[in-house]
Amino acid sequence: MNAERNFKSENFKSENFKSGNFKSENLALTMIKNALGREVPVSIPGLGSYEPYVSPFAYLERELPAPAKAKSLPSPRPQKPRHDKVTDSIENAVRRSGLENGMTISFHHHLRNGDAVIPMVLKTLSEMGFKDLALAPSSLPDSHDMVADYLRNGLISRLFSSGARGEVGRAISAGELDAPVVLRSHGGRARAVQQGDMPIDVAFLAAPLCDKYGNMTGSGGRSACGSLGYAQVDAAHARHVIAVTDGLADYPLRPRISVPQYLVDQVLLVDSIGDPSKIATGAARISRNPVDLRIARNAFDLIAASGLLTNGCSFQVGAGGASLAVAAYVKDYMAEKKIKGSFGLGGMSGYMIEMLEQGYFEAMFDVQSFDSAVTDSMARNPSHMEIDASCYANPFNKGCVAHNLDIVVLAALDIDVDFNVNVQTGHDGVLRGAIGGHQDTAAGAKLAVVVAPSFRGGVPTVKESVTTVCTPGETVDAFVTERGICVNPRREDLLESARAARLPVKDIRALKAETEKLTGVPDAPEFDRSRVVAIIENRDGALLDSVYKVRGNSASLR
Amino acid sequence: MESSDCMVVVSPSDGYALEYGGQNEAIFKRRTERIVREIAERYAPAEVRIQDRGALEATLRARVETAFERASREDGQGGSER
Repeated sequence: MNAERNFKSENFKSENFKSGNFKSENLALTMIKNALGREVPVSIPGLGSYEPYVSPFAYLERELPAPAKAKSLPSPRPQKPRHDKVTDSIENAVRRSGLENGMTISFHHHLRNGDAVIPMVLKTLSEMGFKDLALAPSSLPDSHDMVADYLRNGLISRLFSSGARGEVGRAISAGELDAPVVLRSHGGRARAVQQGDMPIDVAFLAAPLCDKYGNMTGSGGRSACGSLGYAQVDAAHARHVIAVTDGLADYPLRPRISVPQYLVDQVLLVDSIGDPSKIATGAARISRNPVDLRIARNAFDLIAASGLLTNGCSFQVGAGGASLAVAAYVKDYMAEKKIKGSFGLGGMSGYMIEMLEQGYFEAMFDVQSFDSAVTDSMARNPSHMEIDASCYANPFNKGCVAHNLDIVVLAALDIDVDFNVNVQTGHDGVLRGAIGGHQDTAAGAKLAVVVAPSFRGGVPTVKESVTTVCTPGETVDAFVTERGICVNPRREDLLESARAARLPVKDIRALKAETEKLTGVPDAPEFDRSRVVAIIENRDGALLDSVYKVRGNSASLR
Repeated sequence: MESSDCMVVVSPSDGYALEYGGQNEAIFKRRTERIVREIAERYAPAEVRIQDRGALEATLRARVETAFERASREDGQGGSER
């Protein structure tokens, strides 16, 4: 990786970004082809220089840059005994933080669609006249269309996220933000923050329960969200940390502290940090959709054939329809064979916690809690453990849990004949998803199974070449649909096991042809390839792909 | 209209014309054009409007053919028959 590549705050405030300068017309990015044949920029004014993607673990072979000095570390903030951290004015909290135009602010997305903190803070910053800020949330939920308004009015000039959806995705895809958006996995973001690639100036961290000195947790309070795994990284590395709470707890907060007081500069008391009904939606149910169940059955059969489902195994599964149904088949199998697993990982759903409580696994590592069945589980289950995003998936620390994972089941928007997965752009080429932990767990797990129906809404899932590579095909071991199992040819051993178990194995090109007979062959979306609107980082910071401006404006994309 | 289906409206016109809209309009324009032209050739010139909610090729073909068949009936009552 290029040693020049340290994203200092001075670079962020570069004149290139002052309105009018960073215009697409003036911006001729030098592009280079990476190992996947995707064109990616070698550098972006104001963001830094980039390495093209080579292979999933190329970072182990190259000299890594020393972490950026000081800027990424919390500056010393000695406080006198019994210093009062509490304020109920957002304006005062912002003034005390020392926030200036051009700086980077962060948020976590644990409150999901119920989050009121991002809109509340951005509204206030806009009214206070701030501009040219970099917005660096751990991700943006579906509901935060208002962020697009602040991209347009100049409050936010750069965006770093795990994904972009809804109006924000359309605005970016239409080219309304001059600077390309940087999209990273959860592990990649933790790496960028801890390495100093993305220094955070002020973190506004929603805290469902918080005491007056800033000890906080997410497992409790009326806005409970469970794990605060993403917030923990920001709290440890942001220059200034503001806990935003509607649940002021007696000091000391007990029995659980997710972020300790010594990392928190201020406690901002507000009426509400979110809508509880949208923070923790009901427990995800196992799908009854026959297509989902067929996919799940095929995926489970492959997992069983792999021989990895043994005592001490570890497992991660998403909360989506087919993914969660795989967990149900796995559970039945473990019961029948009297298998006890070691740990479950990831975004935790109620179903995984049920498996913990029924003794199918020894422990659960929780970086993000998906549903209401999980938010109070940490309080009653000592083996349901909160981990931060770095512990979850950062490839550059001294060992993340994703690297200990045996089996992961992941979803996809589409996949190509080289098994590259897209979870970010829709059929129209518009940003509409998020990378999440996809890249991280696919790279880390012994067996990464991607599940999806063979077609959705009349559009086939297997493409000759995906629009946007988010997870490189080298890390994907199999793609499973209701029409059969496609094993990555790189995994001859797995293919052999699947054949030996008489599973419905199918070449991915044969599946593509079979599906296209039903749907027809779709055209690729049209892009303005002279204009990069987003870049997809691999978890190690090397560039996997570029996302281009689509034809039409954001209104026509609706 | 159900998902995985499409609505087809055929009206008399001086020449052939296709208006294709819906969730897949960007990526299935060419496919749809090809299928509709193939069917339309067998009938009098018409304007075809399609609203697509993810129909498979077979569905699209059946809907378009049925629309042309009903539109071509001399009694002009095709549209109300189910």
